[in-house]
Amino acid sequence: MNMDTEYNYKVVRQFAVMTIVWGVVGMAVGVLIAAQLVWPALNFDTPWLTFSRLRPLHTNAVVFAFGGSALFATSYWVVQRTCQVKLISDKLAAFTFWGWQLVIVLAAITLPLGLTTSKEYAELEWPIDILITVVWVTYAIVFLGTIAKRKTKHIYVANWFYAAFIVVVALLHVVNSAAIPVTLTKSYSAYPGAIDAMVQWWYGHNAVGFFLTAGFLGMMYYFVPKQAGRPVYSYRLSIVHFWALIAVYMWAGAHHLHYTALPNWTQSIGMVFSLILLAPSWGGMINGMMTLSGAWHKLRTDPILRFMIVSLSFYGMSTFEGPMMAIKTVNALSHYTDWTIGHVHSGALGWVALVTFGAMYYLIPILFNKKEMHSIPLINFHFWIATIGIILYVVSMWISGIMQGLMWRAVNSDGTLTYSFIESVERMHPFFFIRFLGGVLFLTGMLVMAYNVYKTITVKKAA
Amino acid sequence: MDVATLHSIHTVLMFIAFIGIFLWAYSSKRKADFDEAANLPFADEPESLDDAKGEKS
Repeated sequence: MNMDTEYNYKVVRQFAVMTIVWGVVGMAVGVLIAAQLVWPALNFDTPWLTFSRLRPLHTNAVVFAFGGSALFATSYWVVQRTCQVKLISDKLAAFTFWGWQLVIVLAAITLPLGLTTSKEYAELEWPIDILITVVWVTYAIVFLGTIAKRKTKHIYVANWFYAAFIVVVALLHVVNSAAIPVTLTKSYSAYPGAIDAMVQWWYGHNAVGFFLTAGFLGMMYYFVPKQAGRPVYSYRLSIVHFWALIAVYMWAGAHHLHYTALPNWTQSIGMVFSLILLAPSWGGMINGMMTLSGAWHKLRTDPILRFMIVSLSFYGMSTFEGPMMAIKTVNALSHYTDWTIGHVHSGALGWVALVTFGAMYYLIPILFNKKEMHSIPLINFHFWIATIGIILYVVSMWISGIMQGLMWRAVNSDGTLTYSFIESVERMHPFFFIRFLGGVLFLTGMLVMAYNVYKTITVKKAA
Repeated sequence: MDVATLHSIHTVLMFIAFIGIFLWAYSSKRKADFDEAANLPFADEPESLDDAKGEKS
């Protein structure tokens, strides 16, 4: 049966395959830079292989290439299936695919060359920023246009989350990327000093809130009920926590700038809103988890469901940890240390990547008209090796980060610092190695998934 | 009107909006609508996939 006549599955298929490809690439770069921190010689004294240039390449690849492709794929799938209508334009959808891939390729070229705006998660220079804007606006037209001509009465909650993600990311990107171009590859931010910092972290934190949270909650709200075979636990809770999340996230960004040149009251607002955020975040986690109530036994037999539920556990954990770290006195210890890196990865690997793996394992066989994935035991293997990898990563960064923070603040009775900076670096070395090991395990799982997907797609027998 | 007053009014309005959304979402009149909406992921199953997903549990 040709499913393409009814819905546009081609673009979903393309983005789904690129999710796997960019997942392998982005995580491999992550493992390389983790290895460079253990063995600095691994930059081979080559400028474009230095940590400073590969680190933004890693973050852009995993967030925007891997995560972005997954969000494109699943949003196009979900909006068509729950609105029961084809995407409004195949041409525009194809443009978003090729446009987004071009953005990724340009990022992979310019970042190692050292071309950067130096704004975290917004490093790409202005010509690429313009391309992103064009692609993103097209994405919004395709997605919202499809919702507008839906055949169903309601707009399913997953589409609300996807729509919020698309609209807000457009807003964030345009405001934060405002710059004055000097040459083709160099621009200066339109904002001065502390205002620039505030705009940057308004962007940065909402990239977490809307790209890595709202978008993936949209994914969760479709694929968890689907894989569990039962509707979401509370539709009402989903509405309330949606609006609360949207309203509160916008104001939390200042917690990235505690004890800086930012006005003190702004920092306090960031802290208070971060604390409030716990409630809507946990609303989503509880809603996802409780969808399984009465069907917990499925977790024993279904590794795909296990991916999704464990991802929700990590979501719950990191959205508890985040508000806690946003408290100024805690932040005084945790800021600039490895604890932050551990926190980000418990969210990025534990929540974002695991829920993506679950959704992809559900989606890939259907997209390629196969009964199920090539190997269920390999999915199971992927689940365990990924989970162990995350735990090694997060725990080593907790220990290393807290140790680092304590060493930095230790003072002798005469007021001088107890430790030099290099002493704290030396003590972190073993934990850097454990983090590298965790990354290797997680990447291994990703490679196993790529193999499994390849076998599923290429196998001759159709369902 | 100074900025502090404006902020206070804004805060109160946001609070009222939240209570409003809460009451709207939890009003018993909307239960049937929400049940229908919650089942949207299952409302559209292409025939060829019934075997693959429908039988699985």
